[in-house]
Amino acid sequence: MLSIKNIHASIEDKPILKGIDLSIRAGEIHAIMGPNGSGKSTLASVLAGGEEYEVTEGSVTFLGKDLLEMSPEDRAREGLFLAFQYPVEIPGVSTTNFIKAAVNEKREYRGEEPLDAVNFMKLMKAKMAMLQIDQSLLSRSINEGFSGGEKKRNEIFQMAMLEPRLMILDEMDSGLDIDALRIVANGINKLRNENNAVLIITHYQRLLDYLQPDFVHVLYNGRIVRSGTKELALELEEHGYDFIKDEINLVASE
Amino acid sequence: MMNLSDFKDHYEELQAMTPESLIAQIRREGFQAYDKAGLPTKRNEEWKYTDVGRLLDNKYHFDDIQDASFRLEELEAIRLPGYQDANEIVFVNGRFAPALSNIRSAPGQLTVLPLETAAEGIYKGIVQEHLGCSNTYIKDGIHALNTSLINEGIFLYVPRGQELTHPLYIYHISDARRHNVLSQPRSLLCIEENTKVQLIEAFSTLGTEECFTNQVMEVVIRRNAVVEYYKIQNETANASQVSTTHFRQTGRSYLHAVTVTLNGGTIRNNMNVIMEAAGSEAHLFGLYVLNGHTHTDNHTLVDNMQPNCLSNELYKGILDDDATGVFNGKIIVRPDAQKTNAYQTNNNILLSDNAAVNTKPQLEIFADDVKCSHGCTVGQLDENALFYMRARGIPKPDAQQLLLKAFALDILDQVKPELLRGYVEQLITQRLAVNRK
Repeated sequence: MLSIKNIHASIEDKPILKGIDLSIRAGEIHAIMGPNGSGKSTLASVLAGGEEYEVTEGSVTFLGKDLLEMSPEDRAREGLFLAFQYPVEIPGVSTTNFIKAAVNEKREYRGEEPLDAVNFMKLMKAKMAMLQIDQSLLSRSINEGFSGGEKKRNEIFQMAMLEPRLMILDEMDSGLDIDALRIVANGINKLRNENNAVLIITHYQRLLDYLQPDFVHVLYNGRIVRSGTKELALELEEHGYDFIKDEINLVASE
Repeated sequence: MMNLSDFKDHYEELQAMTPESLIAQIRREGFQAYDKAGLPTKRNEEWKYTDVGRLLDNKYHFDDIQDASFRLEELEAIRLPGYQDANEIVFVNGRFAPALSNIRSAPGQLTVLPLETAAEGIYKGIVQEHLGCSNTYIKDGIHALNTSLINEGIFLYVPRGQELTHPLYIYHISDARRHNVLSQPRSLLCIEENTKVQLIEAFSTLGTEECFTNQVMEVVIRRNAVVEYYKIQNETANASQVSTTHFRQTGRSYLHAVTVTLNGGTIRNNMNVIMEAAGSEAHLFGLYVLNGHTHTDNHTLVDNMQPNCLSNELYKGILDDDATGVFNGKIIVRPDAQKTNAYQTNNNILLSDNAAVNTKPQLEIFADDVKCSHGCTVGQLDENALFYMRARGIPKPDAQQLLLKAFALDILDQVKPELLRGYVEQLITQRLAVNRK
C-alpha cells in the first residue's frame, strides 16, 4: 500500500529525515517509536504533504501512485489520513459543514455523487454512535475550545467519516487520559479492516496495548535503526531509548 | 480639475435662489470654512494615507436632477432585499428624488422632507439647532464643501415613541453614464425619545465616468432610542467617496452600526459617535473586503463626554491585489466621563504582497477611572489551518475561502436584519470567490 524508499527531508536546509525505508501492506499496523526530535512527526507531515518540509531525496508510492507529486488535498482524497498531533482550532467554520465538504470532495474525486443532507446525517449518526461522540461537539466550530481529548476524538471521527486506506496517527495518545485513550483506541480498532492500514507514531507503549502492532520501528536521528515485532515496544518501554542510543553510538564510534 | 471658482460659482448660484434662508446662512458659514481650510492634503494628519485632493483632479459636473437620466425602472436593479416593506429614500447625484422615494410608514410615524423645506417650516428650530454640528469635529475643507453646497438634502424625523416597523433604506445613486459626477448628499435625521429605527444606506454608481460622492449625514439620537445603522459600499472602481456619518447621542441611547465595504475607488468613511449623555452605548463594526486598487480609510471617532458610556469597535479587513486600507480609531474621554468603557479592535488579513494596511489607535483620555483598550493585527491566512483543511481533502482555494469567510463572520453576524444579512453574505461570498480565483 505504502512504500517509502530512502526518504530524506529537511526544514530550512536542516536535514531531519536521513534515509527512511518503510513498506506497509493492507491490513497491517505499524508503529514508529523514537525519542523526541528523532523525526517522527516530520515523517507524518511529509507523508501528508506539509509544505514546510522539503523532500531532498527518495520516493514514496501510495496505492501505486507517486505520493510526493500530489497536493495534500489529493493525498487525502486518495485515502491517506493524518490524525494531527495538534489539531488546529478554526473558529467560524462549523465542524459538520467542514466534514461534509471533506466527504463530498472525496466522493467527487472518486466519481461518486455527493451525499445529500439526509444521507450525510445518517452516516454521521452511525459513526457518532460507533465512536461515542456527542452531537454538540459537531455543531461547534472546528476544534474551537475543545479539550485535548475532544480534539483527538474529533480526529478519529473525521477518520471514520472519510474511511481512509492509510491512517497515520501522530501522537494520538498525547493529552489523553486513560478513559479517553481507551475510547479513541477502540474507535481505531473498529475502523480497521483487511483493506486499510495504520501507521502509529508514538512515544509510549500505552497506545500499543490497545492497538496491537504487527511491526514496530525505532526512529532515531532521522533513520530507522531497529525494526521488530510488538515485543520491541515492550523492550523500549522497559529500558527507555537510551539502550538504543548507546548501541548506535557504540556502532558509530567503532 | 476642480478649482475654487467652480465651487464658488455653484455656491453663488445656490445662494442667489434663497439668499435669506436658514440653509443659505449655513451654506455661507460652510463656504467661509472651506475658503479658509481648503482641501485637505496628505500633510494633514487626518488625511495622511488618503489623497482626497487627487479625487478632485477630475472635472465634475454639478448635476441638475432633470439632467440625470436615471429612471424609476432602473431602481429595480439597485433596490435592497426587503424593499417592499421599507421606507425608501432615493438620492440621485446627491439630491433627494421624492418621485423615486417611497415612504411606507404612516405620516405620524415618520416625516421625510427636503432639507430646505424643513428649514423654513415647523422643524426650523431643530434644523437650526442640529444641522452642522459635525463642523465642530471635522474642520477640513472637504466637509465644509458639502456644507457650503447643501442642495436638496433631506430632513428625517421620527417622533417620540415610534418603533418603526418599516426600515429606512437610503439609496445614493450616482448617474455617471454621461459625464463625471460630483454628488454631495446631505441629511439630518432626528430620532426622538423611545424609538426604534433601522437605517440602511447603500451606494450605487451607474456608468463608467468618474464619480465622487461627498456625503454628510448627521443623526441626532434622543433618550431611549435604539438605532441600528448599516452602510453598504459595493460600488465600482470609478466611484470614490468621502462618507461622513455623525451620530450624536444627546440622550442615553443605544447605537449599533455596521459598515461593509466591498468595492470602489477611494473610500473614506468618517464614523463619529458623540456621546453627549451619560450611560450611552455604541457598537461599531466594520468589514472591508478589498481587491484591485480599492483604497478604504475608516476613521472612527468616539467622544465620551459624560460618565458610564460604553463603546465597542471591531473592524476587520481582507485585502488582496493592490488594495490598501486604513483604520484610524480615535477615542476621546473627557474629564467628566468617568467609568467609561471603550474598546477597539482592528484585525487584517493581507492576501498579496502589494496589499497594505495602516492601522492606528488614537486615545485621548482625560479622566482617570476608565477602561480603554485597543488592539490591532495584520497577518496572513493561518497556514496551519489551511494545511489542516487540505489534509482532509478540501482544495486550497476552497479552504482559503472558508477561512476568510470565517474571519468575516464576526462582522456578518452583526448584520441583524435577516434579509440584509443574506444579501451581504452573498456579496462577501462572491467577492471571496473572485479574490481566490
